[in-house]
Amino acid sequence: METSFAITGKGYVIVAADTTSARSIIKMKSDEDKIKTLSPHLLMAYSGEPGDTVQFAEYVERNIRLYHIRNLYALRPSASAAWIRRALATSLRSRKPYSVNLLVGGYDTSEHTPHLYWIDYLGTMSEVPFGAHGYGAYFALSLLDRYHDPEAPLEEGLATLRRCIDEVSKRLVVTPGKYKVKIVDKDGVREVEL
Amino acid sequence: MARRYDSRTTIFSPEGQSFYAMEAISHAGTVLGLLAKDGVVLAAEKKVTGKLLDLSATKEGGYGGSGEKIFLLSSNVIGGLAGLTADANSLVNFARNAAQQHLLSYDEDIPVELLAQRLCDMKQGYTQFGGLRPFGVSLLYAGYDPHYEFQLYRSDPSGNYSGWKATCIGANNGTAQSLLKQGVKDAIGLALRTMSKTMDSTTLGSEKLEFAVLTLDPVTKQPKAKIYRPSEIDALLEKEGLAKKDEDTEMKPAA
Repeated sequence: METSFAITGKGYVIVAADTTSARSIIKMKSDEDKIKTLSPHLLMAYSGEPGDTVQFAEYVERNIRLYHIRNLYALRPSASAAWIRRALATSLRSRKPYSVNLLVGGYDTSEHTPHLYWIDYLGTMSEVPFGAHGYGAYFALSLLDRYHDPEAPLEEGLATLRRCIDEVSKRLVVTPGKYKVKIVDKDGVREVEL
Repeated sequence: MARRYDSRTTIFSPEGQSFYAMEAISHAGTVLGLLAKDGVVLAAEKKVTGKLLDLSATKEGGYGGSGEKIFLLSSNVIGGLAGLTADANSLVNFARNAAQQHLLSYDEDIPVELLAQRLCDMKQGYTQFGGLRPFGVSLLYAGYDPHYEFQLYRSDPSGNYSGWKATCIGANNGTAQSLLKQGVKDAIGLALRTMSKTMDSTTLGSEKLEFAVLTLDPVTKQPKAKIYRPSEIDALLEKEGLAKKDEDTEMKPAA
């Protein structure tokens, strides 16, 4: 089942999401990228109703890009997250709301700090040191509560992430096979293999 | 039948567009802005309307100032205005609205240049169509945002805007700008000395001067706008040695 994690550390945010695309009990695809790069220092992992997710993520991506083109500098992570939250909150009261859950992680280049925001389809938002969505969250959050260190170097952060993924594959009945892992820090966004 | 009216407000001409509007500003009270390392300063000359004007309400109320030339546009931007007062009030209202809309959408103070753009987009619109009169107002925007830190912008009735280290709008702006070219060391002092040299009267006082600074709060690191109250302006002039002497203004008893 769909699962996504994100962890902050010293000067970085790691965002991870499984790569399965499923419909009912059928696995349709196993290399789906569910993490979008919204701007040079901003990542967004999305999960929820298939169709809604891609539609909403592209809508966000293009609006954030538009702001960047108009103003020459990108929207900061906190401002991006606030805008995305409002988009979901507005959608919630429409005839057909988007059913999408998000983890928005970014590096603020003017403050030199990493930020992570947990957002759900109801328009709830909170800034968190680590976060998770989907069934994996039930296992990962207690683990992260025990092992997360906001001052941890990147290697330690990745080790903590590996712990989460291992725990989920050990305990969850329907385990996602593969994960995509992306990192955002002062140098921008990059993908890593676990 | 818009052609029956004066079309000169919007047609191209050798003087440039928005000619009347630009003309209105060259007679307005001087407003000058200075950009320093740790803040921005605005100083403005008030044209004294007359002794009978009741100014008692402006002494203690609001954000400071007398509400004639210097306004708080957003918690991180102070605006200095020169031109037609009624047009200026309308622009101040628009700017405050734009700033709060940004705050609502993005949960952050509006970047200074974006606020200038919002106003200039509207000002430009009024130069393009027949039957409309451009805003007869030039503005200085003294502000702070995390992208470019302290900034100073200037906009004119045509909707042009530009960033400056030191600049001036209104009457005598040429004189003031050449004084400002000496370079900025002590921004508050230079602003006051320049005002004292460009204004008609020989002495400065709170009844003719508005003054404001934008700095960073040392504790919260958030921008802190301060528009001086009349009593604070007089105290500041006293400190800088530019205050008027009593014998200049007080009537001497007949000898």
